[in-house]
Amino acid sequence: MAVCIAVIAKENYPLYIRSTPTENKLKFHYMVHTSLDVVDEKISAMGKALVDQRELYLGLLYPTEDYKMFRKLHNSYTDVMCNPFYNPGDRIQSRAFDNMVTSMMIQVC
Amino acid sequence: MVDTVLFEFLHTEMVAELWAHDPGPGVSAGLRGEEAGATKGQKMSLSVLEGMGFRVGQALGERLPREMLAFREELDVLKFLCKDLWVAVFQKQMDSLRTNHQGTYVLQDNSFPLLLPMASGLQYLEEAPKFLAFTCGLLRGALCTLGIESVVTASVAALPVCKFQVVIPKS
Repeated sequence: MAVCIAVIAKENYPLYIRSTPTENKLKFHYMVHTSLDVVDEKISAMGKALVDQRELYLGLLYPTEDYKMFRKLHNSYTDVMCNPFYNPGDRIQSRAFDNMVTSMMIQVC
Repeated sequence: MVDTVLFEFLHTEMVAELWAHDPGPGVSAGLRGEEAGATKGQKMSLSVLEGMGFRVGQALGERLPREMLAFREELDVLKFLCKDLWVAVFQKQMDSLRTNHQGTYVLQDNSFPLLLPMASGLQYLEEAPKFLAFTCGLLRGALCTLGIESVVTASVAALPVCKFQVVIPKS
């Protein structure tokens, strides 16, 4: 269902980025950067309205995404954070994370 | 119930182990050593403890806010620390939170669980700071994951009451 998945650190560099091999990688890297701008916009535009867990997802960037996918991603990321051998800021090399990402991308190709 | 004791024992051992190599203010350092107070080794141990707390805080900052509301502003983050983080780690809430609205917050715990078994009053006051280093790091780490750079220090006037001061520099 997903063609490209990326995890970006606070300092705006990618901790993890993977796309399906059939697509042009460069195009996706650019898209990831532009989506960061959209994220920034959404964060600064947030008012004091009542929010729930889904706000972590910041709403849909495109109307076809599934927020359950984001939740799985965030849960896996949290597991990576809790791994004592992982130093925050490193590239993510966890095999479990890779497997989870594969399972999310597998429906497309 | 058992979990709390496990963490307390582990924490006590961590402090004891790090301090075993630098028992007191430098005995042979002479006048300068006595004036300096904590030796270089002890300062290193404090940094190590704070660093450990920082890493744990980073992971907790990611895991805890799962079911909780997104944070609207700084004060919400501090409230999260005082309620949810403190309850998760120490099974109680922080007793008071004060701020000057300029980026400085003082969190006060009137019966800090890591100091509670030690004494009640002024006994062991000089030993108390080393038992607070890890927790300072914990607060700083959680704040870091939530996107806030800060400096966290702690002070004890009388056990088991302690205050954590969080200073968030304005950019």
